[in-house]
Parts: sequence; C-alpha cells; structure tokens
Amino acid sequence: MTAEAIGQTLIYGITIGSLYGLAAVGLSLIFGVMSYLNVAHGTLLMLGAYASYWLFSLYGVDPFLSIPVVMMTVFLVGLILYVLVFSTLAKLETDSRIKNSLLISFGLMLVLDNLAILFWTADERTVTTFYSGAVLEFLGLRLPYVRLSGLALAVMGILALHLLLTKTYFGKSVRAASIDWEAATLMGIKVNKTYLFSFAISSALAALCGTLFCLSYAVTPTIGEAWSIKALIVVVLAGMGRIGGVFFAGLLLGVVESVSVFFVGASYQEVVGLVIFVLVLMFKPQGLFTMKV
Amino acid sequence: MLEIHAIDVFYGDLQALWGVSLNVQQGEIVSLVGPNGAGKSTLMKTVSGLLRPATGSIIFDGIRLDRVPAYEIVEMGICMVPEGGRLFSSMSVVENLELGAFNIEARKERFEALERVYEIFPVIKARKNQMAGTLSGGEQQMLAIGRALMSQPKLLLLDEISLGLAPLLVQSIFRVIKMINDSKQISLLLVEQNVRMALELGGRGYIIETGRIVGHDEAQRLLESEKVKKAYLGLGEVQGEN
Repeated sequence: MTAEAIGQTLIYGITIGSLYGLAAVGLSLIFGVMSYLNVAHGTLLMLGAYASYWLFSLYGVDPFLSIPVVMMTVFLVGLILYVLVFSTLAKLETDSRIKNSLLISFGLMLVLDNLAILFWTADERTVTTFYSGAVLEFLGLRLPYVRLSGLALAVMGILALHLLLTKTYFGKSVRAASIDWEAATLMGIKVNKTYLFSFAISSALAALCGTLFCLSYAVTPTIGEAWSIKALIVVVLAGMGRIGGVFFAGLLLGVVESVSVFFVGASYQEVVGLVIFVLVLMFKPQGLFTMKV
Repeated sequence: MLEIHAIDVFYGDLQALWGVSLNVQQGEIVSLVGPNGAGKSTLMKTVSGLLRPATGSIIFDGIRLDRVPAYEIVEMGICMVPEGGRLFSSMSVVENLELGAFNIEARKERFEALERVYEIFPVIKARKNQMAGTLSGGEQQMLAIGRALMSQPKLLLLDEISLGLAPLLVQSIFRVIKMINDSKQISLLLVEQNVRMALELGGRGYIIETGRIVGHDEAQRLLESEKVKKAYLGLGEVQGEN
C-alpha cells in the first residue's frame, strides 16, 4: 500500500460518498417532513440517470448541460407520484405513514424498475463524452474531472437545499410542518402543499444525483434498488437532524467502502455498508450525527 | 363577530360537544371556563378548523367557518394560541414569529408586526436568535402569544395560557392580554382552568361542563354567583355539590 494508493482510494471514496450524501438528503427530507419512508427514492435517481443518458445518446446533449431539464422533469414526476400515490397517506398518524409508505413505495419501485427494463432493456448504458477520461494530475494522484465536478455539484445541491430550508419563507414553513403539522396549520401554513413540494424537491435532488452518477458509472434499471439501500444506510448513519450531518455520513460511507477494498476485497465492498448499518442500529440507533433539540 | 350555533363535535364515535352555542362581539373578552375534559379545547380546535362540527354552524363576520380549511381561517383573522404553546422548538425565536405572519396579508406587514410584538414582550426581543425550545416556560408562552399576534388577528383564541406557570408570571401574562384587548381591535376568546383570573379580565363568561354550556353571564356576575364560588373558586360553605 503506497501513499498514492491510499490517497487515490480516499479521493474515490469522497467523490462517490458525496453522491451517497446527495441521494440520502432527499430521502431524509421527506422522512423528516412527512414521515414517509420512500424506498423508491433510488428509482427516481435511476430515472434521472436514464433521462441524462437518453438526452446524451439521442440528441447529443451534454449531461452537465441537461441537468436543469432532467431535474425539472423528475420534479414533475415527483409531483405526479405524490398526488396519485402518496397524498392519501397524509391523513394517517405518523406510525402508519411509515409502514404504509414503505409498502407503497416498495411496490412502486418494483413497477417502475420493471417498466424501465421493459422499455429500455437491462443493458448497461454508459455516457462517454470527450472529457470522460480526462484527469487532473495532482501530487501523483489522478483525479478524473467528471468525479471532481460531481463532488462540486453534489455539494452545491445540498447547499442549495440548506439555503432553501433556512432562508426562504417556504423552507421555514416546511421545517415548521415537520416539527408540528398541527401548529403549522394554525399558523396558516398549507401543510399538504409543503408535503407536495418537499417530495418533488427530493425527487429533483435524486435526479441530480442520477445525472452525476451516469457520468462515471454504468446505468441499468436496477441501480434504483441499490441506491435506495445506500441512501437508507446513510440516513441511519446520520440520524435525523441537520442536512450537513447527512452529507458527512454519505462521505463516511463512501470512504469506508473504498478503504475496505484493501481489507476485504472488492467483492465484499457492498457488505461493509450493510454491516455498518446493522452495527449503528444495534449500538447507536439515534445515528452518529444527530442534533440535540 | 363570531357566532357558534348549536354545534355537536365528535372524536370518532365519541361526542365531545353537545349543542354548544356561544358568541363573541367585536372587541369583547369572552372566557370559557370549566373542569378538565369538559370540551373547552375541543371548542377551540373546532373554531380554528382542526375539528369539524357534525351539526350546527360557526359564522365569523358573515362567513361559514366550518366549511373553510384551517389555513384560511387564519387569513380571515382568527388565530389560536394552542395549549402548551406548541412552538417550533428547534427553530429560532425570530423564525417562530415570522411563521406567525405566514398568511399573505400578514406577511406584507410583518416587520411592523415584529416591532409591535417586541414592544409588548421586550424579553422576546432579547432572545430573538435563541432556539425557541431553550426559552423558559413563561417566555415560551409569551412567544406563543407573540407568534399568534403576528398573524394580525381580529379574534385571538387562547387555550390554557396560564397552565403550568408560576402565579407571578400568570399575572403578568394576563396583564398583557388585557393590554392586547385595550384598543378593542382584537377580541379574545379564552379557555381557562384559572377561573378567577379569567373572569377578572371582565367581559362575559360561559361555563361548560361535560360538553354542554351550563351557564352564561357577565363575568362579574359569574364571579359573584354562588354556583361559581362553590364549584370553581373554592369559596362555598359546602365542598362540591353532588
């Protein structure tokens, strides 16, 4: 193990970890706001990845340039899914919301994943641009530009969400509704509207993550499931609380997974995240980065 | 301005209010007193739209409230300070106040409203950047009242605002309430277990027991009535009357 190898591994861990964080932030947002556990979150990410892929391969639109269109499209998909599928759960108590949303979104994930296989086949799709292989050489490390820009955009996405929630009237109403929806209603906040838009925003962030993912990795219809699990692990790691905590938990998972290659080999890499998931639930179920209220 | 006509309210199959009628006139203070579980909070929640009456009607400035969604009731000028304050505890004091002015009309005047609330509660201003959950009980209650005032209400509903507060704090909260009503711009409907404090504010009072209005008069006359003295003020010669 040379210093370069370790550095290289860390860089890869951080770049993929930032995407884990981005994926988990959306999942955490809707869980925090409306107590929905949306396991179809990864499927929305997959839709974003395919949207970018098709725009690139059919029309030659660069994935970085198509980000606004892809995010808007999946934002709309989120709005429609919420109205058609998830809005009925809002009448339930918190506990029933968690269980029912889990079941509904699981079914939704199966349906959408299989529709994706039907329409787009299970073939691996890759986006290869002229800059795909370009790397930045730095202290003997090779840093691919697409990964670095992915990291930067993931941070920007999370920062934008943070600013939305803390600086705008809408964002404050979302936080208020997540703390006490009844009191929020008494303040004249349309709680259903905050739910609807939180869901759509979470979908758009998943789409952003999907786009950044397709730039470095192959896309298939089944990546949705894998990403839902990653996002879930990160949310459990972080615990409910600050968005920043979710992001750092994502980085942590990415780094631990990458470094574990040295110890358990690449084939067991996936297991490491799940082991951490179980350990955290056993010994610190409130999460590692929880905020005291 | 507020007229409640013979409403029945249920929690599932359980009937909580039976044919309750009550009215509040412009600029008036009306107290609703009664023992625990009598349906006081139920009535407040029904007026603010969190619960719906099965029969009867609620009319506010000529409009049927019982058909308007809760968030629009706030826009129409009714705001409730719920029992226990129900602040957004992990948000700052200032954010709580801003959320009070969420409806479009109130939002336009939120800076003026904020100054007014700071004038009424200087202690709130001193703590404006703290998390609401870190305030003392009395401060939290003041913030809850301030947050409701931010919505520019014509009618303020106050649900058990003295609950759990030290007597001195209760007095100062009631002084503020009296002051809020002084200009007669804001009418008050308050629910209280602290019967004496509530009736001493003046105005009129209703007595509610097991979901029914059992008495109604000028607050002063209620204070002097034998029934109230015995049942609520502990002044009667006989303890209880069952």
